[in-house]
Formats: sequence, structure tokens, C-alpha cells
Amino acid sequence: MSDDDVILRMRDITKDFSGVKALDGVSIEVRRGEVHAICGENGAGKSTLMKVLSGVYPHGTFGGTIEFDGHEAAYRSINDSEHDGIVIIHQELALSPYLSIAENIYLGNEIQKNGVIDWNKTNREAALLMERVGLNENPATKIHDIGVGKQQLVEIAKALSKEVKLLILDEPTAALNDEDSEHLLGLIDNLRKQGITAIIISHKLKEIRRIADTVTIIRDGKTIETFSMKGPDATEGRIIRSMVGRPLDNLFPPREPRIGEEKFRVEGWTVHHPVHPERKVIDNASFTVRAGEIVGFAGLMGAGRTELAMSIFGRSYGTDISGRLYKDGKEITARTVDEAIRNGLAYATEDRKRYGLNLIGDITVNVSAAALAKLAKRGVIDRNREYKVADSYRTQMNIKAPTVAAITGKLSGGNQQKVVLSKWIYSGPDVLILDEPTRGIDVGAKYEIYGIINALAAEGKAVIVISSELPELLGLADRIYTISEGRITGEVPREEATQEKLMHYMTAGKD
Amino acid sequence: MTTTTPVQAKDPNAAQTPRRRLRLGVDLRAYGILAALLVIVVLFQILTGGRLLFPGNVNNLIQQNAYVLILAIGMVIVIVAGHIDLSVGSVVAVVGAIAAISMIDWGLPWWGAVILSIVVGAIIGAWQGFWVAFVGIPAFIVTLAGMLLFRGLALVLLTGGTISGLPAPFVAIGSGALPKAGEPDLITLGVAAAASVVVVLLQLRERAAQRRLDLPVEKPVSFWAKIIIAVVAIMYVGYLLSYSRGLPIILLILAALVVVYTFILNRTVFGRHVYAMGGNLFAAMMSGVKTKWVNFWIFVNMGVLAGLAGVVSTARAGSAVASAGTSFELDAIAAVFIGGAAVQGGVGTVVGAVIGGLVMGVLNQGLSILAVDAAWQQAIKGLVLLAAVAFDVLSKRRGGR
Repeated sequence: MSDDDVILRMRDITKDFSGVKALDGVSIEVRRGEVHAICGENGAGKSTLMKVLSGVYPHGTFGGTIEFDGHEAAYRSINDSEHDGIVIIHQELALSPYLSIAENIYLGNEIQKNGVIDWNKTNREAALLMERVGLNENPATKIHDIGVGKQQLVEIAKALSKEVKLLILDEPTAALNDEDSEHLLGLIDNLRKQGITAIIISHKLKEIRRIADTVTIIRDGKTIETFSMKGPDATEGRIIRSMVGRPLDNLFPPREPRIGEEKFRVEGWTVHHPVHPERKVIDNASFTVRAGEIVGFAGLMGAGRTELAMSIFGRSYGTDISGRLYKDGKEITARTVDEAIRNGLAYATEDRKRYGLNLIGDITVNVSAAALAKLAKRGVIDRNREYKVADSYRTQMNIKAPTVAAITGKLSGGNQQKVVLSKWIYSGPDVLILDEPTRGIDVGAKYEIYGIINALAAEGKAVIVISSELPELLGLADRIYTISEGRITGEVPREEATQEKLMHYMTAGKD
Repeated sequence: MTTTTPVQAKDPNAAQTPRRRLRLGVDLRAYGILAALLVIVVLFQILTGGRLLFPGNVNNLIQQNAYVLILAIGMVIVIVAGHIDLSVGSVVAVVGAIAAISMIDWGLPWWGAVILSIVVGAIIGAWQGFWVAFVGIPAFIVTLAGMLLFRGLALVLLTGGTISGLPAPFVAIGSGALPKAGEPDLITLGVAAAASVVVVLLQLRERAAQRRLDLPVEKPVSFWAKIIIAVVAIMYVGYLLSYSRGLPIILLILAALVVVYTFILNRTVFGRHVYAMGGNLFAAMMSGVKTKWVNFWIFVNMGVLAGLAGVVSTARAGSAVASAGTSFELDAIAAVFIGGAAVQGGVGTVVGAVIGGLVMGVLNQGLSILAVDAAWQQAIKGLVLLAAVAFDVLSKRRGGR
């Protein structure tokens, strides 16, 4: 490959954090105009590498060299790299919710004269950019009022406004539903045709197959291999093998279901919207889960999956809730989270950073958070025992941290999720509701979490798994309920379940 | 996988990289403040030609700053939980007024007045806690309203001006001392020695428990270094005070408060809930923490301590005036932040807040001895607050990823 073809060349990048090597000689070459995927487990060093590239870690704080667009790059800040046409779009979008789309696109880069913004031009230019990314909205609409899929497009429009040469997308579809993901991938494809190079960090192998020209795999801070996705041996299996360093013949650990009596039943559950009480968010939902059974809940984004779960778990969502809950055939109530926990329910949230973890707290306080009563006598916590409990979960759940005094905010997504699961397992529930238990988690950690879920079922617990990844539900669940527009629209046993069938029920609207 | 408490795995890594070492990392910030206090003390000791640590001055330092320290202990809990309380200065005034009126006009005995003051503080705290916790009005607004409301009530109660001539036992709470036994005072030295012994014994007991349970223990060097520093500090203060007017009563009250509240924040479910709410309110809610009630009790507690601070400052002044307690809330808040609490909540300790209060107190005292103009004293305190928090922010930025 000739030199002009390479837009970015990073060589022997090393970066350590107080002695811990996050990057240990990573090299990567990205050709002009390609979509280059970077894969690796959480903690492999992908995000660190991108921070090195974009100047978040200034030149001189890491080893190795970066060449961009034919010259040596020495960025001291994000501004420097943006000046050269490198734009990163982070997993957590960085938009200002109460400003308009147009304002956000030009935030920090306003079209102005002597400090006065030219609104007409701003809106006109913004509209052009929005058309380019296929965003059909009024430029004056507030970010707050559009969905996360469209917000992603605003980020890309913003990048285009800066005359981007290299667009870096960190897990761009993690929070998107299938339709929005597809739109986004189509857009990346289009941008490629317009000559924009893209680096995409993703866990979703299908997506990489669909969009990437080349893939580079990073593991433990080292480049494992780079290969073209066009070749005959560029299979998902090869990517997974390189990522985890071992063959993963099956994405799901084996399990033999031993299903017992009915454990948990919900009857006629109806929930109204907290802000617009006239709107029914959940409409007369009924379902059952048996001991030792894993029940899946499938639904498109906004169908009411999380709302159903949270409203059951101590009425954490919604108003004017009606319906009945039964455990082991007896009616129970769960009016508060505390009561729900005492009655043997647990809910592991889909949004672990917001609802799941005290990110500035260590592993110990997070593991014990839902079951302090077990560790306390007359209101005084036995901290030695607490430490032992947390440490035993660290070991058995394989949480990768030197000690349980590690701050959870610094753990990788997979390890954070294991802390959340530890917390709920320690609370000793009979019914576990796991909402997107593998969101934003790499293949290796997913496999471990599936193993944990299977083990919970094997102990005779009733396990509910909510997931937007249908293959996950098909691989995991004994029975799958579909939910659409707040109603349960189907119930499919494992043997009969196919993606097509589930999708059919999931899109079944009101008549 | 089981849900029963599993057997601890013998992971060699776990044993060799004990949690205490990481704890130490967190503690470094507290040590930073402690070091700052030492530097300031030494600096003023030199600048004042040794007058700063005259026994009488140490005695004054403690009695004059007792109110800030008491308020800071309540305030650190409020701030860790993610709130603020702007009303405590006004509460001090209104409680002082009620205490004085109850003794002078109603003829209540001094102890009756103390109990009444604390009850009034608790009721005021419950009032504010109700609005914050159950109605959901931000504490900033509720306590700003309280600041005006209770200052107004104090003015109403004290329309006659100052109430003085308070009974001697009441005044002793603020400025009295235990009787002396010789020069140096053997009682003071004895209490200091007893306190040192208790500190050593408690630490050794904790360490023995960790050994027995096969938990990681702190390295001997840092363990003993901490104990020696604590013992030296206690004995040195005891030594200085033993040449003064005897052991200040307020010091005993303060020591008890520090011990009790450190225990509450570190060891109890309530304390843990406060930190959990400050760290992530939603996660705390979804873990079954009764956040409303915790908020309510935090403010009741703040009210109780504000009531006690009202007693102490009124006793120290020997009279009740409506302008008492002016800007006490700012002193307490400053002490908490100098002591390493985070503005976003979730971080902060009682000991840190007390040290923060002492930093301000030593500054006040030292500058006064040097006869620096009061206006400049205020300006300097402002800069110290800014510097302390800036240091904290910058050190975190360097340490974090």
C-alpha cells in the first residue's frame, strides 16, 4: 500500500496509568476512505487508544508516534486534533439538551460576526447538514425532544460541520434500536462514498460485518491482528477468537433447564405515564415465571419493557398503577423498593451508571447496598463481614479489580455489570429482573454473565431477562414474551421462537 | 453460584494488596488538610513569636470556634448527602433567644433551657426536612427561606434588645472549665492520657479482629505512624491546656460529638445511606434506601446541632442578641469544603470538617494576634477557602485518569 493511501498510522503506542499498562505497543494503519473497525473486549484499550489519538492524553504522555494525513501529529488537546479534522463521537453523547439542533451543531463553532450569531445562516447551514445525514427535523427543535437515534445524527452533522477527515465512532449503536442502527450504518456507508474515513469501535459483530472494510483487533493493550473483511476467512468466529484469545464455539454456555412450579405471576398490570397520567404506558399486562425458568421479554425501544419492570419493582416508574402480584401463589405487594426487596424481588437496571451504581463508591459499598440489613446489627454495619462478602463476590464473579476497594466508576462496563449483579444476588431474591444485562459489554464478559444467569435459574430462581438483542433471548430464554406499545402481544416457547416470529409480535401495533 | 455468603477464596493477590492501601490513597486528601493545618500553625507560631500556642490562646481557640465545629459536623452530613443548609446561623440566633427568654422570663433552670434549645432545633430541622424531603423543594431554597424566617423570628423575640445576666452554669457551657488540680493541671493531663489509651486500644482491637477474620490489615508502619501522630497531638494539646484555666467543658462536648458522628457516618446503615445518596441518588433509591426519610433525619440532625451551637454561642457570649450567629452558616460550609468534602456530594468526613474548622480558627486567631485588620482577615479566609478547594480539585485531576 502506498503512503498516500494511509491517512492514519499509529506506531508502537504505549500508555500506562501509574504502572498499569493500558496500551502496550499498539500499531494501527487506517487507509483513506475506508471504514476501519476496532474490536476488543472491554478494557482491551480501545477507548484509551482513541483518547491518545484525539489528544485527550496530550502528546508526550504516551509512547510511540502518530502520523495523520502525511505529517507527524503532536496533539495537546481535542482542539488540536479537531483542527486537523479528527472528530470523535463518544458513546455518551455530548449534546446540550435544551439547545436546538442547529445550536448544538454549531456549538463552539458558531457562525458569527463580532460575537453576534447569524441565526439565519446558522439555521440554513444546519438544515443542509441535517439533510446530508438524513435527519428530518426542524433545526430549531430542542435536542431534548428528539430520540437518541436522531441525537446521534446531530453529532455526526456536527462533525461534518467541522470538515471532518476522520470520524471516530465509539459504540455508535449501543443505545439505538435496530431501525436507527440500520439508518446510522447506511449513513456511514454514504459518508465513505463521500471520501470520509471512519473508525468504528463496536461490540456488534454483525455490524462490523455489514460496514467495515478492515478490522483491527486489540487485546490486553496489544494489536492482535488486522485483516480485510473482504477475505474469505474474515469470519465472526475469527474476530471472536482474536478478541478473547480462545475459541468461543458457542456464544451461550450449555444449560439444562429444570423448571419447577410457578414462582411469580403478574396479573392485569396497568401503568400510567408519570407526566401525562392520561396515557397508559403499560396496558393490562399479565405474565408468569416459574422456578428455575428464564423468561425473556422482547420489545422495540419505547415498547414499555423497562417501564413494566420498574413499575413492578417498588413502583419506581409511573403513576396510577393497578394490577396484582403473586409470589408462590400468594399475593404480595411491592409499593416501595424496600418492600419489593423484602418480598424477594430484584431489578438490575439497564442504565447501570444512572440507576445501578454509586460510581464514586468502591466495590464493597456497591455490593452491599441493597442488603445492608443483612450486615447490620441494630443499625451498625459489620464492616469486616461486609468486606468478606464483597471480596467473595469479586472472586466468584471474576470481577477484574485488584481489591474490592477499587472505585466502581473506574471499572470496565462488564465488570461494573458484575458488581450490579453481585449486589442483587447478595440481596437474596427469588425473582430477578435483569434489564439489558449485557448492554455495552464485550463477548467474553457476556459469556460469563450468561453463565451467571444460568446458575441463578439452576438454583430455582425465577429469572426475567429483558433484552433488545433477539439472538440473546433466543439463546438464553425458555420462554419469550413480546411487548409492543405497552401490551404483551405474544408468548413464544423456546422451541417455536425465531427472530422473525418475535419481530412479528413486537411490531404488532394496536388495531 | 449460591446466594449464601460464600467462603472467602484464598486469592493471594487479595491478601497482598490490601484494601487499606487503597484506603490510604483516599485518606491522603484528609492528610493534606491535616498537613495544611500544621503548616498554618507553625507559620503563625513563628509569626506571632510563639504567642499562638500560649495556653490561654489555645483555650480561646477551642472555645471561640466550638460553634463552627459543631455546625460543621452537622453540615458535613448535609453536604455529603448533596444538600446545603444556609439557615443555621439564623437558627443559632433564634435558639439563643429562646434559651435566654426561657431562663430569664420563664425561670427555667439552665438544663431545662439546654433541653428546650435542642428540642426547638429539632423542630426547626423537622420543618425544613419536611419541605426538602417530602415536598421536594431544593434545600438551597428551603434553607434560604429559613435563614430569613428564623432571623426574623429572632428579631421578633428580642424586640427588647439584648438579654443578659444568664445563669452561671449555663455560661459555663461556653466558657467554663473543669476544676484544676495543680499546675500543670493533672485532670487535663489525665483526660488526655486516658483518651490516648482509648485510641490505641480501639485501634489494636480493630486490627486484632481483622487478623482473626483473615482480612487484610494495614502495614505496621503506617498503622503505628497514625497512632503515634494521634497520641502526640492529643498529649500536646493536653499539655498546653494543662497550663491554662483547666479543661474546657466544650472540648469534652466536641470530642464526644466527633466520636459519635464519625461512628454514625462510618459504621451505621444511616451513614452509609447518606454516602450512597450523595454518590448516586437514583442508585440509592433503586437499592431500597428510603431516601425521603434519610433526608428528613439529616435535617432534623442539623437542627439539633444548630440548637446545640445556639446554646454554646449564647453561653460563650453570656447574652442573647438577635444578630447572633450572623454568617455562621458560611463558616460551617467553608469548614466542610476546606475539610475535603465534594461539592457534588458523596464525599466528606467529620474529622475533615473539624480540621477545616480549625484551619479557619487558627487563621482567625493568628491574624488577630498579629492585629491584622478584620476586613483583611475576611479576605484572607476567602482566599484560603478557594485555595483549599482548588488544591483538592487539581490533585484529583492529576491523580485520576
